[in-house]
Amino acid sequence: MNIDLTTEELAFRDEVRQFLAEKYPEEIRRKRLDGIPLEKDDMVLWQKVLNERGWFAVNWPVEYGGTGWTPIQKYLFAIELAEVNAPPIVAFGVKMVAPIIYTFGSAEQKQRFLPDILASNVWWCQGYSEPGSGSDLASLSMRADRRGDHYVVNGTKTWTTLGQYADWIFCLVRTSSDVARRQEGISFLLIDMKTPGVSVKPIITIEGGHEVNEVHFDDVSVPVDNLVGEEGKGWTYGKVLLQHERTNIAGVANSQYRLSRLKEKSAQSVHGGEPLINDRNFARKIAALEIELKALEYTELRTLASVAVGNAPGPESSYLKIRGTEVQQSLDALMMEAAGYFALPYIPSQYGLDFPVADRIGSGSETSTSLRYFNNRKASIYGGSNEIQKNIIAKHVLGL
Amino acid sequence: MDFSLSEEQSMLADSVAKFIDADYDFESRQQFASDKNGYSEAMWRTFAELGWTAVPFSEPDGGLDGGPIELMLMMEQFGRGLVVEPYLANIVLAGGTLRRNANDAQRTKWLQPLIEGELQSSLAFAEPQSRFEITDVATSARKDGDGYLLNGNKSFVLHGENAGMIVIPARTSGNQRDEHGITLFTMPGDADGLTRRGYATVDGLRAAELSLDNVRLPADCVLGEEGEGFPTLSSVIDEATLAVAAEAMGIMQKMHDKTVEYTKSRVQFGVPISSFQALQHRMVDTLMLCEQSRSLLYWCVMLVNAGDPQARKAISALKYQVGTAGIKVAQEAVQLHGGMGVTWDLDIAHYFKRMTAIDLMFGNADHHLDRFISTAA
Ligand SMILES: Cc1cc2nc3c(=O)[nH]c(=O)nc-3n(C[C@H](O)[C@H](O)[C@H](O)COP(=O)(O)OP(=O)(O)OC[C@H]3O[C@@H](n4cnc5c(N)ncnc54)[C@H](O)[C@@H]3O)c2cc1C
Repeated sequence: MNIDLTTEELAFRDEVRQFLAEKYPEEIRRKRLDGIPLEKDDMVLWQKVLNERGWFAVNWPVEYGGTGWTPIQKYLFAIELAEVNAPPIVAFGVKMVAPIIYTFGSAEQKQRFLPDILASNVWWCQGYSEPGSGSDLASLSMRADRRGDHYVVNGTKTWTTLGQYADWIFCLVRTSSDVARRQEGISFLLIDMKTPGVSVKPIITIEGGHEVNEVHFDDVSVPVDNLVGEEGKGWTYGKVLLQHERTNIAGVANSQYRLSRLKEKSAQSVHGGEPLINDRNFARKIAALEIELKALEYTELRTLASVAVGNAPGPESSYLKIRGTEVQQSLDALMMEAAGYFALPYIPSQYGLDFPVADRIGSGSETSTSLRYFNNRKASIYGGSNEIQKNIIAKHVLGL
Repeated sequence: MDFSLSEEQSMLADSVAKFIDADYDFESRQQFASDKNGYSEAMWRTFAELGWTAVPFSEPDGGLDGGPIELMLMMEQFGRGLVVEPYLANIVLAGGTLRRNANDAQRTKWLQPLIEGELQSSLAFAEPQSRFEITDVATSARKDGDGYLLNGNKSFVLHGENAGMIVIPARTSGNQRDEHGITLFTMPGDADGLTRRGYATVDGLRAAELSLDNVRLPADCVLGEEGEGFPTLSSVIDEATLAVAAEAMGIMQKMHDKTVEYTKSRVQFGVPISSFQALQHRMVDTLMLCEQSRSLLYWCVMLVNAGDPQARKAISALKYQVGTAGIKVAQEAVQLHGGMGVTWDLDIAHYFKRMTAIDLMFGNADHHLDRFISTAA
């Protein structure tokens, strides 16, 4: 047992630091600092910067443009990105659909889709959930009926994150109802959002933002070439994807960054004539959270170490999802608590680009702490709710 | 960053685990705990023969040069087996003090027999008023000719009644709660003026209240420098805190595992109770508490092993974690065993009691959360 990083790992970390010092775009840094929401162009710009260095598709196999990094390198990379408060990568293309395409797709599909994902030329979104099918995803009913060399798609996908920006959507669709297990009638289909019959309607979330949508499909014609792998195997492919999604969900590095900010903030905000951090109750909440986060960091490192010696990332990644989101949500709550009354003004417009930061009510981004708090209740709901994660652990780890 | 064990470390962990499985079942444990001194003398001799009493000591002292990782590995297994033999009192606490401070003569007199399994000893880290503050030492040691006269009371001295030697922190100068002015003495168990009231503790171990009434100790009983005992005391207690945290890890894991097994076999309403989601999610929670605790344990032991300046803070994080998580896991285990969980005959009850004791040992969760806050990184 040894806690030190190797000289190669230290050198790697320096390389990442230097890259970020030189290449992290100033306008994005500024916006993040001021709490101004990023737009599509910002995210694409940052992903392109990463890709120019070959550091965008971190998890892909090297042959398709991945890094070939060790788990520790990936971990260090995430820490360094969080240190500069870099925005999270938009996962749908690079982390979600791409692994399905390079694992199960045809040579033609790899050619057609992977390079544009790598270059962030095409924006993807995820079409799994439906109004009637959330946790019980296998009940999904959006139909794709085969007509010669096309499928005709009818139905509704919902909760489609950032679907308003998307060029393509990857969907689980029902291609057959005439099967022994309902999972066997599900296929994995790639759909161009510009196809006639596709329409996107915003869903406004609790804090007033627009990040999710309902996507309607009305007699949408999709070439059979867009089916990934075999018809009826979509469920199996989707499960692989869910596992990818979960290993990225703990968000340890980002939570560490936010914990430091919380400590800074509570050293500044005043309570009873003293810095808030001197308040025993508050200090204890922060300390308990810091300990939980340290434990989570080492749980993740232990999982990475186990993956490094050849074990597949298994249902253990469900712990990371549960604990990771719990920590994030506790941080949200403490950030809001540290803001005091300034958590309450509801003035989203003061986070607009043209609103002078100095004229904001509350210092810095204080009034956004509550927006974040409310919005991020989603974290324990999406990506397989925390209850569903517990079901997975109960079944696959504990054998209950 | 490497979580793997060396070959020697794996062998040590395996051999202790195998021994616990083969020779330390729960019935034997209960038998040992009911022996005169609260443990089995024969078992202790076996520990010595197996070399376990020598693990943390240096080769020149006749030890095996083990460090915190070896200590953790052994203590986790001792926790799993609910071992009652006084490894903590004798090897970690008294042995740890001697290892750090004893001069050659003291090594020959005390450390040798201790390593060979011939001496039981302890460390009196608490006083009736001190609660968890080890600096709170009211017991006084006054210069008297070429020796010292000791007066005061010591509380909760683990296995104190049958100890052949007890390390006594006593004040030679300063105020009652000063770090400076604490001197460590080796006091023979049969010293004149010493009264010991031994008792059983809820977790099946033994402890004693000591009262020292003009106990006269010669100058060669001083361990280390006069007045400078605190750094040693503090570092020994930190090591012991790590040790009981590792023990707690073994206990937690065992309770969680046994509970999962039990719910699969217990049938109510015509089905195994493990099929109830309300119980499944609680067992998932206890699993995660175990995993989170293990993660902190490894983090902490690696820092201690590296001599990292953060180690002290990490020990507090760990003790807070095992205190809160361990108690939760233990209470859930009892609950999910139903009425069986609160019977004397079932091991679960005794794991629960030991876990409860461990939370209090060397500062409970609250104490360590505050120490975590006040300790600079
Ligand atoms: C902000 C946001 C973004 C999202 N983005 C996307 C996206 O981009 N693409 C996409 O496809 N989907 C997305 N989702 C959908 C998300 O995956 C679903 O919300 C999630 O699967 C839960 O489904 P549901 O909302 O229908 O809740 P339900 O399934 O109705 O669950 C309601 C409650 O019941 C609990 N529950 C359900 N079943 C069980 C069970 N068997 N045991 C115990 N408890 C149970 C749940 O945990 C939850 O607490 C997003 C959701 C949100 C909120």
